[in-house]
Amino acid sequence: MQSGYFFGDIFTLNSINKKDSFSAGVLASNFLKRSLVIVSFAALGAGQLNAQTPTPAATAVPKVAGPATTADGIAAYRALLAEDNPAELFEAKGEQLWTTARGPKNADLKKCNLGKGPGVVKGSFVELPRFFADTGKVQDLEARLMSCMETLQGISAAETINTPFGRGEQKNMEALVAWISSESKGMKFNLPQAHAEEKKMFELGKRMFFFRGGTHDFACASCHSAEGQRIRLQDLPNLTKAPEAAKGFGAWPAYRVSSGELWGMQRRINDCFRQQRFPFPLYGSDATVALSVYMGVNAKDGASTAPSIKR
Amino acid sequence: MADPMKIRAALAGDKANVRILMAHEMETGQRKDPAGKTIPAWHITKVTGALNGKQVMAADFGPAVSKNPTLQFTVKGAKAGDKITITWTDNKGDKRSDEVTVA
Repeated sequence: MQSGYFFGDIFTLNSINKKDSFSAGVLASNFLKRSLVIVSFAALGAGQLNAQTPTPAATAVPKVAGPATTADGIAAYRALLAEDNPAELFEAKGEQLWTTARGPKNADLKKCNLGKGPGVVKGSFVELPRFFADTGKVQDLEARLMSCMETLQGISAAETINTPFGRGEQKNMEALVAWISSESKGMKFNLPQAHAEEKKMFELGKRMFFFRGGTHDFACASCHSAEGQRIRLQDLPNLTKAPEAAKGFGAWPAYRVSSGELWGMQRRINDCFRQQRFPFPLYGSDATVALSVYMGVNAKDGASTAPSIKR
Repeated sequence: MADPMKIRAALAGDKANVRILMAHEMETGQRKDPAGKTIPAWHITKVTGALNGKQVMAADFGPAVSKNPTLQFTVKGAKAGDKITITWTDNKGDKRSDEVTVA
């Protein structure tokens, strides 16, 4: 039992992002605190054995009226948070960015075609990723935005790809995806699958989803292909079929309370790769888009809740 | 200049429920950057709310308040069309004021 706790903490320590020294410090101190708790439990147990009288803590556990299940409790917590989702701050910034003339060409994004014609934002999010004839590629929201920013504004896509999350142009991407996804909130996913490239990407995404590898012999499917799974307190949606797939896929972009950041689908997938101990995928790369096509097609007819709020 | 706040003021009877979402880093001064240097504290210290220019609410904020904080309060005697003004000041002296109409 005690060693179980211990390994749980080791796992947490291993799974933190090595690049982020802030959270490393916080987790390290948590680790110390929890170790102390274990020690005090051990001392309590020894005391009981000697005295043969149960301590008050062991008998009188007060019954607190609470949510029936863990999932209910988390849902209640999320509902509280969602009332004032800070993603709205990002939405406001994104809406402004769309109409602001920027970049070497000093142009706005109002002519950007997200799949439903130049400048049409509403409803575009629930049909992405899709095939775009001008680039000859299947693109997700982030990849498409980078194309638009490069052709219209002259902002280099390569530079955006190489910018760390949460800095420079990546910050603008967060705001833009927050706003664009919010314009399709509540609409149903309906990713096109008519083009051969779109079908190919679905098959590729499916293979990636079930591909096991890395030091932990892990696949996306290890966590996301069965009902009722969870990791610590988080429900793991089954991303292989509706309606669960929409619950997972349709919740990103999302504001993460724990880090105070807005994560797009690209960052979400990037972090999944990290958790799998896979090499980091390139921002907007075909591998990440293929995964989005697979999840998005599976989410068909499910409603988009993005930008949502996460712990 | 700081980013704008998001303020909602919904009338319920003779009371207005005011909900504020503030955009602020709220750096505690306890964290260190990747180079090991302490990140200086940078957080809101005071939030005030006024109904038609008359102060009705004041709150002291400190480093324990989260990033992008929210605040909710109720004002008695508010009418539709009244102006609610929210102002915050941070420890660097930066200020932000936003106004919303009660509806």
